[in-house]
Amino acid sequence: MSESVTTEKRDGVVVRFAGDSGDGMQLTGDRFTEISAVLGNDLATFPDYPAEIRAPAGTLAGVSAFQVHISDHEISTHGDSPNVLVAMNPAGLKANIAVMERGTTLIVNIDAFDERSLTKAGYTLSPLSDGSLSDFDVYEVPMTSITQEVCKDAGVKPRDAERSKNFFALGLVSWLFTRPIESTVKWIDARFGAKPQIAEANTRAFRAGYDFGETAELFQSRYEITAAEFKEGEYVNISGNTALSWGLIAASRQANLPLFLGSYPITPASDILHELSKRKEFGVRTFQAEDEIAGVGAALGAAFGGSLAVTTTSGPGLDLKAEMIGLAVSLELPLIIVDVQRAGPSTGLPTKTEQSDLLQALNGRHGESPVPVIAAMTPSQCFDAAIEAARIAVTYRTPVILLSDAYLANGSEPWLLPDVSKLPTIDANFATTTNAIADDGTPEFYPFKRDETTLVRPWAPPGLEGLEHRIGGLEKADGGGNVSYDGANHERMTQIRRARIEGIADSIPLTKVEDPSGEAKVCVVGWGSTYGALNAGVERVRATGHKAAHIHLTHLYPLPKDLGSMLKGYDSILVPELNLGQLSVILRSEFLVDAQSLSKVRGLPFKAAEIEDALMAMLEGSS
Amino acid sequence: MSTTAVPITTRKDWSSDQEVRWCPGCGDYSILSALQMLMPELGVRREKTVFVSGIGCASRFPYYMNTYGMHSIHGRAPAIATGLSVTRPDLDVWVVCGDGDALSIGGNHLIHALRRNVRLNILMFNNQIYGLTKGQYSPTSEEGKVTKSTPFGSIDHPFNPISLAIGAEATFVARTHDMDRAHMQEVFRRAQEHNGAAFVEVYQNCNVFNDGAFAGITAKDVRSSMIISLQHGEPIRFGVENERGVIQKSDGRLEIVNVADVGVEALLVHDEHREDPGLAFALSRLSNGVHEPTPTGVFRAVERSEYGNDLNAQVHDAEAAKGPGDLAALFRSATTWTVD
Repeated sequence: MSESVTTEKRDGVVVRFAGDSGDGMQLTGDRFTEISAVLGNDLATFPDYPAEIRAPAGTLAGVSAFQVHISDHEISTHGDSPNVLVAMNPAGLKANIAVMERGTTLIVNIDAFDERSLTKAGYTLSPLSDGSLSDFDVYEVPMTSITQEVCKDAGVKPRDAERSKNFFALGLVSWLFTRPIESTVKWIDARFGAKPQIAEANTRAFRAGYDFGETAELFQSRYEITAAEFKEGEYVNISGNTALSWGLIAASRQANLPLFLGSYPITPASDILHELSKRKEFGVRTFQAEDEIAGVGAALGAAFGGSLAVTTTSGPGLDLKAEMIGLAVSLELPLIIVDVQRAGPSTGLPTKTEQSDLLQALNGRHGESPVPVIAAMTPSQCFDAAIEAARIAVTYRTPVILLSDAYLANGSEPWLLPDVSKLPTIDANFATTTNAIADDGTPEFYPFKRDETTLVRPWAPPGLEGLEHRIGGLEKADGGGNVSYDGANHERMTQIRRARIEGIADSIPLTKVEDPSGEAKVCVVGWGSTYGALNAGVERVRATGHKAAHIHLTHLYPLPKDLGSMLKGYDSILVPELNLGQLSVILRSEFLVDAQSLSKVRGLPFKAAEIEDALMAMLEGSS
Repeated sequence: MSTTAVPITTRKDWSSDQEVRWCPGCGDYSILSALQMLMPELGVRREKTVFVSGIGCASRFPYYMNTYGMHSIHGRAPAIATGLSVTRPDLDVWVVCGDGDALSIGGNHLIHALRRNVRLNILMFNNQIYGLTKGQYSPTSEEGKVTKSTPFGSIDHPFNPISLAIGAEATFVARTHDMDRAHMQEVFRRAQEHNGAAFVEVYQNCNVFNDGAFAGITAKDVRSSMIISLQHGEPIRFGVENERGVIQKSDGRLEIVNVADVGVEALLVHDEHREDPGLAFALSRLSNGVHEPTPTGVFRAVERSEYGNDLNAQVHDAEAAKGPGDLAALFRSATTWTVD
């Protein structure tokens, strides 16, 4: 190592890799994350990519980025602003320079800053020479040419050699943050083993990037981020979509019901279909349907047959499933609808996150059609949320909408592996006998004869003699279940359907308030994927000496039974959401509290600073 | 699961206690009777039998069968039944739908269930009209038809359901009509025995909104000269004295001829099992409507792997190869690290 390079300790760093959609930025980011996870850092990631698979090369539209926050202490967000931006081309620089604060580090692939690429990115002058980057530490690195040089005799064509430049960037960043080499070299061999020349080129590029840091005398310092303090146990870095898939498999095991997924591919939900279709040894049956309606329809058919039935979707897919969810409400059958939310309306921003389906999940069906709604908070918590959705669906014979979103789906964090022997059990409690006596004295089966406490009806999949019954979307007579057009019966059934779902509140936890002081007069209320940013933002406010509470909801319907009385204890309530204020509307109408909305719909998650600013403004306004 | 012999049943055992509420004189009654009378002969159990329907007059069918059943959503019965059939291969799943249900709002689900070859017995009651919404034209109504929604005559070209099913490469395609119980029962029996998706078009008279739509071929006095009853392995011929027949011309087209003009040897011999659906398709095009001699019976019955069987085989193979799923191992399928 060059004499002049020092190694400094940092408590955390945010790195953003940006390049063309074809440049392998997601792979590079994933790998850097994985290396850091194994070193014991806490981490949070934010893949940020365009809807087009390969938008025109070199344009702003085609920029794909991956941001990772690694830390020596517990963190809850992917970081408001990167400390280091790696830009593989001018477009990658231009698309991301606005999020970089003064004094941060820019590492650019100088080979890509030719006139043609600059023009494509919309630069008239090179930002590297026009003085516009004078507030940054800029490192110009010839990534493409060095990569091509070291891959000359690796047996790949020059075009393929050029494609290895992301591994050069990974090598350089690995050097900069004192990450080890060996594990990545092994990983490259495993990943590209089927194409030895490509594996060789990637390895050479990776090593060249590392060596460049070591020998080029460009960098004055390297940085070390030591392991964070974690609870004892075994960890894996997990994305929301994987955690959700595994949660469904676990729920199937815990309920002793075979898992069936009916689904139609849609971004950003498709990875759940991909993951589950690989796991057939768990008895998982996946069905790629002809459309969204058939996906949920087949799932409902499987539920009638006694499976743990799931459908997955996003955005416009939820619209298409609405009628079938209404039928499931009427039939009172267990069904899990996973909605990985994305920015809408219509096709909207298919790869960008939003929380704008809440009101649709709660109300988006005709008729009085109550459906329990729950939301996952973090990538790894998607596992627990899936089990909870299954518990409610199976126990209460109801469709359940589980809300995730693009940020949770693709983002990842370390997950402490649970003890599989301690997962909650779910009791399908199938009907096994007749439950009524006909006028002529013969035993009968009444499909809508309910448990007196929970109002839950018996679930009797076909196969048992004497339990033959017909159910349908027409209103059913209370108890016997035959078609009934009687108005009084319809009113009774409507009330029962509502009461049954509201009764689920008896089985969910009371409101959990995070308020170390116990004396806060201001409360931040959020739900779903904003947990990390809200937690970090509120923490910052507390660090300035203020008192502030944070309530984060996972059950959106029914709500925790004590939520109203808890909220009434605060002078001010701030409700940050990635929509135009949907939860705040619910809190206002349910509890007559002055819930103030903080809204953001930019296809991006909240920054902790945005929460901090809004909360400080509220505190100052109320003092 | 019972391993005892299938109990002997009668029509009464298969009839639910619900009052049947179709219009008096509706063709649905004779289809219901035909099926309720047939079920005891099929060697199946009531508790292993499920009827799934969509929305429409025909779709009230499950309420009248004393089996498991679901009256679902307009057009979606094939999708729901697919999920049930593939996860419960032990069940005998019937789908009952109408022409609007199966070919208009649910056309997509029908063709996909057929091409996948899901084990389903699909009975499509075709009355060429919307009944439950009181008389609008349907996707099988003839061009020019005057209805409540087409006061100047329909300008829609109709589907030929048999052509559509064969085009979707259905493995079993048949047609029958509500005036001939024995024929219905024979076709339903064949459909139930078929291992895969069986599609049966049943010409069904709607005596309120489209009365006599099929009388031109199904009325007793014209039937023998207007219905071409397909019999596997037999020359295709019809008529009061079997005087007419079907030949295939050198360019592939089918044509109706007088047997006396060509000789019996020249007649096309019906082959349900031909892999190539081309000839079955040509047979489905023989008639341009129910004013011309029209084939009934089984157009096509071929073997192809059944979807649910294949799906379950993949699951069983994975279980056999990897052993039953182990959650703790699944969690460790990605790189893990331990904190002490």
